[in-house]
Amino acid sequence: MVKTDFGPPKYDTMLHPIIKRNYGKWKYHEVIRPGVIKRVAESGDVIYVVRFGTPRLLSIYTIRELCDIADKYSDGYLRWTSRNNVEFFLTDEKKIDALIKEVKKRVGFPCGGTWDAVTGKYGLSNIVHTQGWVHCHTPAIDASGIVKSIMDELYEYFVDHKLPAMCRISLACCANMCGAVHASDIAIVGIHRTPPLPDDDMVRRTCEIPSTVAACPTGALKPDMKAKTIKVDVEKCMYCGNCYTMCPGMPLFDPENDGAAILVGGKISDARRPPELSKVVVPWVPNEPPRWPTLVKYIKQILEAWASNARKHERLIEWIDRIGWERFFEITGLEFTEHLIDDYRITPYFYGELRTSVQFRW
Amino acid sequence: MSETPLVDELEKGPWPSFVKEIKKTAENMEKRAAQGMDIKLPKTARALLKQLEISYKDKKTHWKHGGIVSVVGYGGGVIGRYSDLGDKIPEIEHFHTMRINMPTGWFYTTKALRGLCDVWEKWGSGLTNMHGSTGDIIFLGTRSEYLQPCFEDLGNLEIPFDLGGSGSAIRTPSACMGPALCEFACYDTLDLCYELTMTFQNELHRPMYPYKFKFKCSGCPNDCVAAKARADFAIIGNWKDEIKVDQEAVKEYAKWMDIENEVVKLCPTKAISWNGRELKIDAKNCVHCMHCINKMPKALKPGDERGATILIGGKAPFVEGAVIGWVMIPFIEIKKPYEEIKEIATRTLEWWDEEGKFRERLAELIWRKGVREYLKVIGKDVDVRIVKAPRNNPFMFFKKEELRPSPYIEELKKRGMF
Repeated sequence: MVKTDFGPPKYDTMLHPIIKRNYGKWKYHEVIRPGVIKRVAESGDVIYVVRFGTPRLLSIYTIRELCDIADKYSDGYLRWTSRNNVEFFLTDEKKIDALIKEVKKRVGFPCGGTWDAVTGKYGLSNIVHTQGWVHCHTPAIDASGIVKSIMDELYEYFVDHKLPAMCRISLACCANMCGAVHASDIAIVGIHRTPPLPDDDMVRRTCEIPSTVAACPTGALKPDMKAKTIKVDVEKCMYCGNCYTMCPGMPLFDPENDGAAILVGGKISDARRPPELSKVVVPWVPNEPPRWPTLVKYIKQILEAWASNARKHERLIEWIDRIGWERFFEITGLEFTEHLIDDYRITPYFYGELRTSVQFRW
Repeated sequence: MSETPLVDELEKGPWPSFVKEIKKTAENMEKRAAQGMDIKLPKTARALLKQLEISYKDKKTHWKHGGIVSVVGYGGGVIGRYSDLGDKIPEIEHFHTMRINMPTGWFYTTKALRGLCDVWEKWGSGLTNMHGSTGDIIFLGTRSEYLQPCFEDLGNLEIPFDLGGSGSAIRTPSACMGPALCEFACYDTLDLCYELTMTFQNELHRPMYPYKFKFKCSGCPNDCVAAKARADFAIIGNWKDEIKVDQEAVKEYAKWMDIENEVVKLCPTKAISWNGRELKIDAKNCVHCMHCINKMPKALKPGDERGATILIGGKAPFVEGAVIGWVMIPFIEIKKPYEEIKEIATRTLEWWDEEGKFRERLAELIWRKGVREYLKVIGKDVDVRIVKAPRNNPFMFFKKEELRPSPYIEELKKRGMF
């Protein structure tokens, strides 16, 4: 009999003994150097959490090497963060250097990805991203290749604390956004720019016409009942690709016109300023594999314009709030085009009066 | 000359390379298979690289649309994936993904990880994502006929692993590291997340809803798992009483920190004052944003009256637009066995299941039906903390019992309009 519905291993069987012993009883933390967080418990116990960036796509042979390293340095325990970094737990401060050296040598992962709010010196964390051409059927851009190209260029910010505030960069390879990048300081989103070209035969064979028509947010699809297919009103289509997600007969890929949009100014933490959705500042950048030089240039331009002008603890949107969008476009050198004016009929601002922050008074 | 000159470019540079990971997998799998190890798909990693090279040349994906595959008894947990280059590169014709439910908080023993690697070396491509966007361990690429034996081997490991959620189901819940490592955690994120995962195993493994549904647990308003923007049901640790201040520790920070400019002036409600000896926080005005606590973790702590705020409806743009979750329950106690929160989640799911249209996320349903109706469903009263401001239009619904009796009402009744 095959077991089902038994769920994940229980978390408390996966915890380092020091973590288990001090569960819920941590007193404070200190970032003692980029990539290394010292956590001190009420009991006086200390654990050093050492963080490394990974490419997210990992070989089982690399995971085994990480296990060897964890057995040697952190008593057989390790953890991944929500942004694809891997962490080891050390009880002996003296072993940190050897660990960093060994990780670098064996798997090539850099130590970093931390920030120190206390001193107001921040590092760049890893870019969270989606599958792209490695595994997805709806992407407008690749994911891993772009992330690798950007992180090569921003490497110094990962391994050091050189930024004025937290900066979250995320990438989703289409508007379906399994990576949910819509509230990031800098977001890269794959977009299509051409309406779907219905494959009538495929629509007939594989699609449910009413639910596909209903999936269009702008009402651009009409059933053609006589021909048993779908017609596209090209004036209304905004190329979101939701119809293709619903129906394989509605492909909208055009290698010369697919590409990426860049959004900025989103945040999720409530620190200082409530959460905020990111806003489009570059409407489209073409796909330029293998290294996407134009896209990388824009990202670096935005990051460095912010980093050299923002005050301590001022995230991208806080900086923009202070200087104004006029100044943002001037300083970053980006062009404000007509595409950046919202003309999507339905926006969540219908419900703009609802609170989207956990900031309130009691 | 390399077969994959374009993707080879991505082996260069200081950041760890996913291309190196794929090549390393290919070399090891081929070598070990040649040595006689029981490896079913030694050529898949190499084939992926070949397909990727073609995508890099063509500037488009070569994965076909969907296909329903799963394991016996489940409706999800596996993403069917087929290549449109199957005739050219047969090793990659099937490249299904398995989502494996990670241990809550992504904590592992090396023993658990080695077990996973052994199973995936035998039945899959040897490639993984640690982790997918929702949080699962992703096993990238296997054939239909190996899904079931792979699943069974995972379940028979000494530390067994189960599949996560996919499709129109509850997706694998995730949580920040919470009380395991962080002094800011206002509730036990790991335990609640684990309990929700176990309570909704059926709904996680058997897609039955209008669309996806995500639970995420963050221990404080910093929200390290980005629950507010990504979860239909976000549980964010919060507190009601005043921030605890250790004045001696504040003085230690004052020796080198510019408290006036970096703490006092950055407080969003100007609730903090500092006179060089004492830090005062006006509790009535504090909005628990975490900035001062982040700045002085040795001196400041969240208060004692701890619980969580529940935000409902966070989602990405599909279908109608992106939403940051709406505060529907400003404060709730989070205590084992979590009956209240499970009840609210169950009522929410039942309502959405009943009323939601195909591909309508919870936010879109609430949008269509109104917040008032949702609050009735979960049995919660209105609270001014649900809104940023009251409505700015006078178009309000009134219930019959709110109206005064009148001849007009009588006329409405006569015409069957009341």
